[in-house]
Amino acid sequence: MEHRWGMAIDLDRCTGCEACVVACHAENNLPVSTPEQAAVGRAVHWIRVDRYYEGTFPDIQVKYRPVLCQQCDEAPCEPVCPVYATYHNPEGLNVQVYNRCVGTFYCANNCPYTVRFFNWFAPEWPEPLQLQHNPDVAIRPSGVMEKCTFCIQRVKRAKEDAAEDGRKLADGDVKPACVQSCPAEAMVFGDLNDPNSRVSQLAESGRATRFLEELGTKPKVFYLEKVK
Amino acid sequence: MMATAPELLPYERIREDLFRPLSGVSRRYVLATIAAFIVGAAGLLAWCYQLYRGMGVTGLHRPIFWGFYLVDFVFWIGISHAGTLISAILRLTNATWRKPVTRAAEAITVFALMIGGMFPIIHLGRAWLFFWLFPYPNSRLLWPNFRSPLLWDVTAISTYLTGSIIYLYLPLIPDLAQLAEQHISPFRRKLYRVLSLGWVGNDRQWHALERAMKLSACSILAVAISVHTVVAWDFAMSIAPMWHSTIFGPYFVSGAIFSGIAALILVMASLRKLLGLESYLTQHHFNQLSKLLLLMSLLWVYFTFAENLTVWYGNDPSEMAVFGARTRAAYAPIFWTMVFLNSIVPLVLLGIHRLRSIRTACIASACVVVGMWLERFIIIVPTLTNPRLNAATSSYFPTWVEIAITAATFAAMVMLYMVFGKTVPIIAVWEFKPHPDPDED
Repeated sequence: MEHRWGMAIDLDRCTGCEACVVACHAENNLPVSTPEQAAVGRAVHWIRVDRYYEGTFPDIQVKYRPVLCQQCDEAPCEPVCPVYATYHNPEGLNVQVYNRCVGTFYCANNCPYTVRFFNWFAPEWPEPLQLQHNPDVAIRPSGVMEKCTFCIQRVKRAKEDAAEDGRKLADGDVKPACVQSCPAEAMVFGDLNDPNSRVSQLAESGRATRFLEELGTKPKVFYLEKVK
Repeated sequence: MMATAPELLPYERIREDLFRPLSGVSRRYVLATIAAFIVGAAGLLAWCYQLYRGMGVTGLHRPIFWGFYLVDFVFWIGISHAGTLISAILRLTNATWRKPVTRAAEAITVFALMIGGMFPIIHLGRAWLFFWLFPYPNSRLLWPNFRSPLLWDVTAISTYLTGSIIYLYLPLIPDLAQLAEQHISPFRRKLYRVLSLGWVGNDRQWHALERAMKLSACSILAVAISVHTVVAWDFAMSIAPMWHSTIFGPYFVSGAIFSGIAALILVMASLRKLLGLESYLTQHHFNQLSKLLLLMSLLWVYFTFAENLTVWYGNDPSEMAVFGARTRAAYAPIFWTMVFLNSIVPLVLLGIHRLRSIRTACIASACVVVGMWLERFIIIVPTLTNPRLNAATSSYFPTWVEIAITAATFAAMVMLYMVFGKTVPIIAVWEFKPHPDPDED
């Protein structure tokens, strides 16, 4: 296949500002939870910032780790879905087909990164947020699973734009909402099949590790960190 | 053979005794039916509410996506092993004491499967699309995913339900034919005649029936074992800590038989009391089943010990989080209650010969049924509340919707059994007939 999309996230740059979380909400029409629903763990954030603490008080260092769908090459969520609602697309993306999903929850149970989100009720937006829906992204009904898509709508748009201009897709043409909005420029998106792309270079650098790599899920998100 | 063995009673009396419960309804029967109906209807309403509002009315949330419904599912599929498995083993081994036990056991299987089989549908986010799981292609020729354990599940359970209905029905045929000649309402006579499939009891029919029963007993054994193995694989095929275990297949099967025997003892004791079958379901039967229950209890202890010891010794951090939650933290009370109910109670009450009686068998069985429900809870929930990433750790508490639906399943079992007990004799009458016995060939 021509493309194999991947991401690199520099943990040494990440400030934990959560701009990526907000951008993702706006881009992908994520439902807005009520405080009560959020308190019981039903808030939907396709990308979240996990906090890890190193050291003991008062010498504590906080480490931030943005966690989104790792778009695993050997995704545990895929084989367990009985209706192919979650499947591997030709560009290596872990795709969720909302129309096929019947809501068995198995994919979410089998995701070691806990990045799958369920629509417990029909999605709601407090006024006037319903007016800013992204027309390129479907609204998910009650009863289906959803998760980060690597902004597949932006991938598609970039490819169409490039085709219109009669040029090849260049590195940096596709920017998911989280990458675009990161003020620290900690996130890089690109084609892992292109050895010269920034993401490939970063993935090859000695600083790159993959999350829960020992499970053999082969994620396509690389975390960059100073190796001590 | 014991002095009170029902085999020694005159056949005319047996027939009279066992056909008697089919006519007339007592006040107690009506009250029990109404009570079961109310609880069942409440559960149905709760499910309608869930369908209308969404799965959010349950206590489920991220990362606990499977809760009471999956516990109920595994529990009821486990109960279903009472029947067919026990009855098939006893039939194939020609255990003569089985005669008054088998039909009650086979009926439990069918009803428990009907109830358990509902849960994969009840727990779906879009339950109205449940038929998308059936193994046939959709309008765009996309087949369901045969790699998914859930598809194996649907296939296994529908096979088992079909098989166990046949297995219950075959030995019913001679009794239905007898019933059609009784003095009963014309409607019921017609119903029995149709259901008896033209049975007249000639040699050819007896031989055909005998062969069919042998064949279905053999095949149902294999199906029953595979069904609960597949149910176990719903968990074991995932990579979640303490689910991904090679022992789960046999562990679940033995647990299923364990809870199944307990359910059978409880059902038999109730039938004995309600229908006055004291001379048919005797001390002897309860004694035999108690010994089986005791054996399964020991097997359960062994499996539970092996399962937990290997995790503890292996000391893998993600598994230890679940192990800790089970044995020392939030779920420890449930875990140790389970151990008490499933091992200590049956070992003391049934293991000490002096204490073993019908009453203690019932107490032990009730404890085992509750204990095995808790076992499924302990297997399913702590794994989900302690996912690999600590940041997502959470806790689970069911809502009234889940509790109402769970209660309704027990009511449904009572209701189905009461209707069944009024429709056909709960003990196979023809098996007592002085006639060439199909088992002795």
